[in-house]
Amino acid sequence: MSGAHPDRRRVLKRILAAGAVLGGAGLAAGVAVLSRGRWREPRVAALPKARGVEPDPRFPAVAVARGGPEASVRAAVAAVGGIARFVRPGETVLVKPNMGWDRTPAQGANTDPRVVAEVVRLCLEEARAARVVVADVPVHDAERSRERSGIGEAARGAGAEVLVPPGPGFVLARLGGVVLDTWEVFAPMMGADRLINVPVVKDHALTRLTCGLKNGYGLLGGTRARLHQQINQSIVDIATAFRPTLTVVDATRVMMRNGPTGGRLDDVAPVGAVAAGTDVVALDAWGATLLGADPERIPHVSLAESRGLGRIREGTAPREEIHAGP
Amino acid sequence: MRGRDGTPASGHERPAAGSRYAPRWVRIAYQAFFLLLFLASFLAMTDEGVRRLPVRWLFHLDPLTALGMMLSSWTLTPALLWALAIVGLTVVSGRSFCGWVCPVGTLHHVVSRATRRMRRGPPARINRWRPHFRLKYLLLVALAVAALAGTLLSGLLDPISLATRSLGSSLGAALATALPDGGFRPRLFRAAWATGAIFVGLLAVNRWIVRWWCRAICPLGALLGWAARVSVYRIHVDPELCTHCNLCAADCQGADEPFAKHRVSECHVCLNCVAACPEGAVSFRPFAPPALPAGGVDLGRRQVVGAGLAGAALLPLARASAGSASSPGPLAIRPPGARREEEFLARCVRCGACVHACPTSALQPAMGEAGPEGLYTPILVPRRGWCEPSCTLCGYVCPTGAIRPLLPEEKGWTRPEAEGIRIGTAFFDLGRCLPWGPAIPCIVCQEVCPTSPKAIWLEPVEVPARDGRLVRLQRPHMDPARCVGCGLCEAKCPVSDLAAVRVTRVGESRARESSLTLPLGRTLS
Repeated sequence: MSGAHPDRRRVLKRILAAGAVLGGAGLAAGVAVLSRGRWREPRVAALPKARGVEPDPRFPAVAVARGGPEASVRAAVAAVGGIARFVRPGETVLVKPNMGWDRTPAQGANTDPRVVAEVVRLCLEEARAARVVVADVPVHDAERSRERSGIGEAARGAGAEVLVPPGPGFVLARLGGVVLDTWEVFAPMMGADRLINVPVVKDHALTRLTCGLKNGYGLLGGTRARLHQQINQSIVDIATAFRPTLTVVDATRVMMRNGPTGGRLDDVAPVGAVAAGTDVVALDAWGATLLGADPERIPHVSLAESRGLGRIREGTAPREEIHAGP
Repeated sequence: MRGRDGTPASGHERPAAGSRYAPRWVRIAYQAFFLLLFLASFLAMTDEGVRRLPVRWLFHLDPLTALGMMLSSWTLTPALLWALAIVGLTVVSGRSFCGWVCPVGTLHHVVSRATRRMRRGPPARINRWRPHFRLKYLLLVALAVAALAGTLLSGLLDPISLATRSLGSSLGAALATALPDGGFRPRLFRAAWATGAIFVGLLAVNRWIVRWWCRAICPLGALLGWAARVSVYRIHVDPELCTHCNLCAADCQGADEPFAKHRVSECHVCLNCVAACPEGAVSFRPFAPPALPAGGVDLGRRQVVGAGLAGAALLPLARASAGSASSPGPLAIRPPGARREEEFLARCVRCGACVHACPTSALQPAMGEAGPEGLYTPILVPRRGWCEPSCTLCGYVCPTGAIRPLLPEEKGWTRPEAEGIRIGTAFFDLGRCLPWGPAIPCIVCQEVCPTSPKAIWLEPVEVPARDGRLVRLQRPHMDPARCVGCGLCEAKCPVSDLAAVRVTRVGESRARESSLTLPLGRTLS
């Protein structure tokens, strides 16, 4: 008896050892054949489609209202068809303000928080959207820009989520542009049913104007400073890929010089207007006139027109402005 | 409860510390409480936190910081008067700060406890006092003399500074790197590996010598040990009851040898000896007669003089080196509100609170940029981040006022016509700059320049490309009279390794000799 027991144990050990060796070899073979490796090329996502609305001859492409910020937003949006034309009940809306700078509202470098909050309220209360996300990828420190712009507090108060990086991170997406093929896009963009572009009109040294077309830049990540090398093509690529459902331009305060950062209060002119519409090119053309610039001579605006994104004349044509009240 | 049943003293049995002794549990509760409070204060070093909480409370309780600052700068931040409370506590009850409050002491306590079974031998041998434990007193003397000469190096070894620095500019960032993407901003710090390795290495020494850091190195412990010589409450061993079982040494933290002649300067007042004594011979009581003179630490006069001379030699040697306080190097860009370099070095405790708090990670620990004295002082590294125009957080976490707390208006970058604070000047590297060198449009630097009018201005040019076509470009120029040195241009420059526009210290407003330009508006027009 004394010999049998150790023998059995030895045999079992041998079998186990042989099994382990074979199993290890099998695992190695599996890794060699099947695994794609730990570092893979990131998957390129497609941008969500069909955010636009059908053109409706009853409404103008652009409406301009003057008055208090909230009243102007309401009046301008109502004039182009009302928020229910652009947002359906239960949808997720991404509101993209300019929230890129560590500047106070009075300095006019960011979209006015009252304008953003009013757009959020329209989406939630009138259009009964399920969820409104306010997102931007600031140039300055993200959290500080969110709070000092006043947009963080105002938009949260209106019921939106306010997201800045790192937040939910970035997704490599196919933009399919002339110079921008694939680029990192802030993740909230990917899950949105509607995109409402809420830019502020400002001076810009390189592009002369920053307004609706250029505002999409703030949804990109990566080393986006490289885009400046072909800034006009890049802006038009971005605007083509993102296609906002509705654009609401904040011209309550307009930064006339030292853009896009400004800083001094006398860089800013009180204009007190808000424009809304579906034609970003027209809206940018209107914004350019506020700066005293000729939109035909702003390369990215005329390039956007030639790519069929809209018509400059819709923005520069004389129009009746709505008096929205305080 | 081995040990209480009469285990022979000579055996290698390790008795568990008496868990029924209530004051020991109170001590553990205090240690946990203060460790958590330290971590909470550390995490609260944000815009929101500094408004609501006194995040620097532990620094301001630190008598070593107070003494060093007084000796080196001949001033004292009023909040540092709180350190008197710890001096008072020490006079009453010995180094109870070390055993009950200090978060570094607590971490070392935990590690030494966890490695308890790895140290073999009789308790009286493991926890014996070793002559080299006197080193901390000599370090204290050297650091105090160096402080008197004008450089506050004590913070390099001060436990509160050590912990803040190690967590803030190494271990915290490493933890965030190791965790899956949980909304943490990835942060990179210069020499983070070394900063962290020192802290972890010191913890690892506990495996061989319990609380070696506290026993042999910590100059704050030395200062408190010196004050503890007159403490009212101390450990007393009743010779009538003592059976020389040496169980009191089993979990002794300070190597103060209660089993022989108690060394009150080394005692951390952990009370493990009181708890461990099976005979009830050890007590912590007032007006116990001193067991050993001079707190049980016999420093030779020659050793003290030698340490003092070494300390006195530190400053002249450092200042004789190029790149030190007399002429700091070009990359020694100090945060806004930093005092003049000599005064800065006399106040900065190298705690790295500013480095930890900086929202863009622009502030980094200096390695060699600010000379040998400047090790672990904060410098701005624009490739890591920029000085956020409205942010003045570094001045509000600095415990000693080496960085003055500024109001955003005082910093002045949102209204630079009012001659705000400047920390340096940016210069273009024309070969690397895209419009200047390879004739590619760019001007990101001008776009992000936060002053108004912008310090960077643009010159429109038409230059021939390789194929002879004319390329229209805007070439950036720096106006040094307007540049504040914030580093936004360098941080955002698309030349992603070595930027084409780089900030150096020249032009900083804290020192006249750093001026680059004559004041604005002095030209006749």
